[in-house]
Amino acid sequence: MPETLIFYALSGFAIGASAMVIGQRNPMYSVMMLIASFGALAGLYVQLDAPFVAVAQIIIYAGAIMVLFLFVVMLLNAPKEDGSEWDRSHPLRQPAVVRLGGLLASLLVVQLGWALLSARGLGGGVAAFGDAETVSSVRVLGRVLFSEYVFAFEATSILILVAMVGAVVLARREGEGS
Amino acid sequence: MMDTPFNAVVPMLCVVFAALAVMMAEAFRGRDEQMALGGLGIVGLVGAAVSSMLLWNRNASSFGVIVADNFGLFVTMTLVIVGVLTIMFSSVVVRRDGLPAGEYYALVLFAVVGMIMMATANDLLVIFIALEILSLAVYVLTGIRRDDPRATEAAFKYFLLGAFSSAFFLYGIAFTYGVSGSTRLDRIGAFLAAQSMSDSPLILVAIGMLLVGFAFKISAVPFHMWTPDAYEGAPAVVTGFMSTGVKAAAFAAFTRVFLSAFEPFSVDWAPMIWILAVATMILGTVVGVAQTNVKRMLAYSSIAHGGYLLVGLIAANDVGKAAILFYLLAYAVTNVAAFGVIALLGTRDAANDELRDFSGLWHGRPALAALMTVCLLSLGGLPPTAGFIGKWYIFSAAVSAGYYGLAIIGVLTSVVSVFFYLRVVVMMYMEERDPGLAAPAHVGGVGMVALVASIVVIFYLGVLPTRVLDLAAESISTIF
Repeated sequence: MPETLIFYALSGFAIGASAMVIGQRNPMYSVMMLIASFGALAGLYVQLDAPFVAVAQIIIYAGAIMVLFLFVVMLLNAPKEDGSEWDRSHPLRQPAVVRLGGLLASLLVVQLGWALLSARGLGGGVAAFGDAETVSSVRVLGRVLFSEYVFAFEATSILILVAMVGAVVLARREGEGS
Repeated sequence: MMDTPFNAVVPMLCVVFAALAVMMAEAFRGRDEQMALGGLGIVGLVGAAVSSMLLWNRNASSFGVIVADNFGLFVTMTLVIVGVLTIMFSSVVVRRDGLPAGEYYALVLFAVVGMIMMATANDLLVIFIALEILSLAVYVLTGIRRDDPRATEAAFKYFLLGAFSSAFFLYGIAFTYGVSGSTRLDRIGAFLAAQSMSDSPLILVAIGMLLVGFAFKISAVPFHMWTPDAYEGAPAVVTGFMSTGVKAAAFAAFTRVFLSAFEPFSVDWAPMIWILAVATMILGTVVGVAQTNVKRMLAYSSIAHGGYLLVGLIAANDVGKAAILFYLLAYAVTNVAAFGVIALLGTRDAANDELRDFSGLWHGRPALAALMTVCLLSLGGLPPTAGFIGKWYIFSAAVSAGYYGLAIIGVLTSVVSVFFYLRVVVMMYMEERDPGLAAPAHVGGVGMVALVASIVVIFYLGVLPTRVLDLAAESISTIF
């Protein structure tokens, strides 16, 4: 029972935070709310017996990617959205556009409801995997990474090297170096 | 060569070490010290070629995900030729335009590494990583002239759309893994063949997503939008490199994935590719006619050539598979040389790639005009050049597989395409040079050597194609 309560608390928090991401006028607050939403999702992953995914979620999304988001927001010096800009003449506020958006949104809700309620799913055909404990164990993950996927793992280092060289080439100021 | 578990990655490793050597050499280079960094790259590429020859017929495999079968080795040789020619043309361009030599050659070599990896990979995950290695390197090479706003715009467009298509590709891999429980092509193929999966929409979604990812990289219509802008904005020598190397690597992986892993579903994907092929051939040719910029015209021509290659993929009989390999080689050598001529004609401040820049070229630079003519005739598919034999085999494969419609559309679009290739030739020979234009630039020795070498290859493939065709046929007989 407490697990169910925690699930609903985390889910509500994630949905609420996500709604506030698009509800904020200040882009900086939007980014902060997105981080909060990611944190709640990480909690859900823990509940699903996937601690590795939860940690990766925090490190990669809430950590690295959100730092990138913040940098972009600060670099672009994105202004606070002004309420007066959003008058009725804005193309997104035209009645036809609003109606189309409403139609698409209700269609999405119907689809989601249908998919969740129908037990048929996608018609099967999904391969069998190990139980949750084996799949989520960090030890097993490490073993697979360095045995079956060792070449992909090593090749990724070339990919990162290329990205680094490319970033240096593109970011170098004119007249520097050669 | 000894049999070790690492044999299959040796060609790739040669190029990796060459790229690292170029980076180290650049790092320790004195401020005004001249260094033949391109030469280091050629050494690595030659090493890759030699090791590929030694690996021929051995079916080496490393880590279970890299297979040096004859198919992969044939494409590797094609890519090595593209790489060597590109570096030779670049040696002129890098000095002329003041590009950062160390970074430039390192990126070219890393792109070749990605291409070779893609051509020899037997695992969807490795194909994806290889795709990203070559794509990242080529995005940066596209925008390496930072003072040119057109290049920056081209690089940005290419990067954004490329990232978008990578997402599709990755999504397709995820679905495939979800269905079959593996990313190895042989296991996916065995799983799909053993199971009756005809009622599962998931695998069709996966095939569709992977198809979008590949179609983007080979710029098949309607996923070609980035091609003209990226090809026009990039430095001509980079355009030559990416229009051949990226296409050859992507086609090799495309062929391998669809003819081995997804072979049981060919009834489902063949009609999709049929539509792509027809749209690609027609649009590439028709829009190409209207272009006045030679680089843009060759961009549309390369789109059309992608369509011909797709015909070979649909007609997946023995002739068709061998024809794909031969066509890739013929097209790669020809297109690199054609863009090489454009690159050599440019100057630091002007690209000189408009159609009128070619007017009267015969009177000023008869050798360059003659070499460009051979390249254009080969692209148009006129005998006795490599392009003619390539098209001949593609279309005869389509006919023998019963795809008469494809063959007819292919021949018709080839005829139309001859119009815009010949327009450049007419400009070069029959027009007087516009007096407002500067005299054509002087061409360095290395660039000329590379051009002459590619012309020799074009004629060799056009006049005595049997040996290379046999090799191509031998390559595909070992797999699929």
